[in-house]
Amino acid sequence: MIRLENIRKKFTVGDQVVAALKDISLDVKAGEYLSIMGPSGSGKSTLLNLIGLLDRPTSGTYAFDGMDVTRLSDDEQAAVRREKIGFVFQFFHLIPRLSARENVELPMMLAGIAGEERKARSSRLLSDLGLDERGQHRPEQLSGGQRQRVAIARATVMNPRILLADEPTGNLDRVSGMDVIALLEKLNLEGMTLILVTHDPEIGKRANRQVLMLDGEIESDKT
Amino acid sequence: MKLPDILSFSGKSLMGSRARTLLMILAMSIGVASVVILTALGEGARRYVVDQFSALGTNLLIVFPGRTETKGNVPGMLVGETPRDLTLDDARALLKSRYVKRIAPLTVGSGLVSFGRRNREVPVLGSTSDLLEIRHMKLLTGRFLPQGNAVPVCVLGIKVKEELFGSAQAVGQWVRIGERRFRVAGILAAQGQSLGSDTDELAIIPVVSAQMLFNTPSLFRILIEARSRDELELARKDALEILAARHEGERDVTVITQDAVLATFDAILRALTLAVAGIAGISLGVAGILIMNVMLIAVSQRTREIGLLKAIGASGRQIRNLFFAEAASLSLAGAISGWIAGEIGVYIISGVYPTLPVSAPWWAIGAAIGTALATGILFSLMPARRASQLDPVQALSRR
Repeated sequence: MIRLENIRKKFTVGDQVVAALKDISLDVKAGEYLSIMGPSGSGKSTLLNLIGLLDRPTSGTYAFDGMDVTRLSDDEQAAVRREKIGFVFQFFHLIPRLSARENVELPMMLAGIAGEERKARSSRLLSDLGLDERGQHRPEQLSGGQRQRVAIARATVMNPRILLADEPTGNLDRVSGMDVIALLEKLNLEGMTLILVTHDPEIGKRANRQVLMLDGEIESDKT
Repeated sequence: MKLPDILSFSGKSLMGSRARTLLMILAMSIGVASVVILTALGEGARRYVVDQFSALGTNLLIVFPGRTETKGNVPGMLVGETPRDLTLDDARALLKSRYVKRIAPLTVGSGLVSFGRRNREVPVLGSTSDLLEIRHMKLLTGRFLPQGNAVPVCVLGIKVKEELFGSAQAVGQWVRIGERRFRVAGILAAQGQSLGSDTDELAIIPVVSAQMLFNTPSLFRILIEARSRDELELARKDALEILAARHEGERDVTVITQDAVLATFDAILRALTLAVAGIAGISLGVAGILIMNVMLIAVSQRTREIGLLKAIGASGRQIRNLFFAEAASLSLAGAISGWIAGEIGVYIISGVYPTLPVSAPWWAIGAAIGTALATGILFSLMPARRASQLDPVQALSRR
C-alpha cells in the first residue's frame, strides 16, 4: 500500500545542509502493524511526516495505493490526507475552544458531510472510546489520556486506510499510555494499517514489524 | 465545506477571544464614527450657508456703484474709481431688459423711529413694493409698501414693533422716523439673523421718502431678479449695457450675481468638509493599522491551528475561507456599529444646534465603511494566506 523508493530529505540549518533521511526505501502492506524506533534525531518522525503527506521529500518517489503522491498539488494532497490518512500527534493538537465532539467532527466538516451524519458518527465513536459523557467538554477539561482518545477519534472518523501515530504516549503516564496503545492495536485488528513512531522499546516491540532507524537510515527491519 | 459550518467555525473563533474581538470592533467603530460625524458637521455648515443665501432671494443680481479693480502701485489693495451715483431713474431703466423680471432699489441709512415717548435707532431701508418678493420676505400682519412712491407708509420688523408698541396694535398707527411721519402698513414676520442683516430690527419706507430723509439722490444698491436661472448672465450683461448707456458709455457699476458669492462659499466649505474628512480618514487609517497588528498577532498565534487543519485535510482555500469569514464579520460588525454610533452623534448634534442641517453625506459613509471593511479583510487575509501556504509540518511546529 505504501511504497517509498530512494527517499531523501535535506534540511538547511543556518548555512549547513543536514540530511535527515538518506536513501530510504520501504514497503508497507495493508493491515500491517509497524513500529519505527530509534534515538531522537534519527529521522523517524521526519519519515512518518513524509508518509502522512505533512512534508515533501527532497527527492525520491512515494506511491500511496499505487498513486505517485509526491507529484500532487497541495490541495490534492489535502484531499488524500482527509480521506485516507489519520494522524495522531504527541501533543494531541486539539483546538482548545471547541468541545471534544466538535474536534472529532472537524474532518467531517471539512469534507462537507451533513450535520446529522456527523453527529451520528461522532456519537458512535465517542461511546466506543468510553467518552460518552465527555462530548461537550473542552480539551482543557479532559485528562491527557482522554485528550489522546479524542484525537484518535478525530483521526479515525473518516475511516482512513492508514493510521499514523507519532509518539502517541509521549505525553501520557504509563497507564493511560497503555490504554492508548491498546486502542490503536484494536483498530489495527479491525483492519486499519498502523504505523507507530516511538523511542520506547517496550512499546515498539509489540508491533509485528519493527523498523530501527539510525542517522537517517534504516538500520534493521524485523518481522 | 458548507457555508453554515464556515460561519459557525469562525463565529466560535471570534467568541473564543472576546477581548480581541471587542477591541477590534471598538477601534473600527471609532474610525467610522469620526468620519461620519466630522463630515456631517462640515456638510451641515455648507448647507447652512447655502440655505441662508437662497433665503435672500433667488436668481438675484446686485448692482452697486463704482467699479473695483486692483491697481499695481498699491499691492493687494482694492481701489475704487470715483463713482457716479446710481439713481432711481437708473433703476427704472433696468426694467427695459427682457431678462429682468423685477427690480428693487435700495437706500440704506439709520434713523430714529419713535412712537409716543418711546424711540429707537434702527437701520432704515428705502425701497419699493417688489422688495418683498425679491428678498423672500414674509409679512406677519398688514401689507407691504404699496405700488408707487408718494404714500408715507412704513413696514416694521417684529422686534422694532414689540419695542415701540409692546403687544398693542401697530398697523394703522403713525410713527415718526427722523423728521417725517409714516403710517405703519405692516409688520414683518420673524425671520431672524440672515447673513448679518437682521430683518427683525428694520424699518422699511418708500425709496423716495428715504432719499429725502437722508438727503441724497443716490441709491445704495439695486437688486435685480432675473426671469430664470439660465438668464442670469444675460440679465447681468443687459444691466451693464443699460447703465453704461445712461452713464455716457462709462462702465462704472459693478453687477455681481448672488450665485458667484454662493459658489465661493460653497467651494470654501466643501474644501473644509474634505479637510475634516481627511482628518477623520487618519483616525480610520490608525484603526486599520491597529487591526492589522492585532490580526497579524492573532494569525501567527494560530499558525499551529492552521497546521492542524491542513494535517486533517483542509485545503488552502478552506483555510482562507475560514479566515475571510472571520475577518469579514468582524469588520462588518465594526463598520456598522461605527455607522450607528456616528448617526447617534449626528442626532445629538442636531439636537444641540437645531439650526445646523447636519447629516453625513452618503459618499463619506460609503468611503468610511468601505475603508473599514477593506483594511479589516485585507490585513487578516494576508497573514492567513501566508500561513495556509506553509507545509503542515512547519505550521504545526511553530510556537
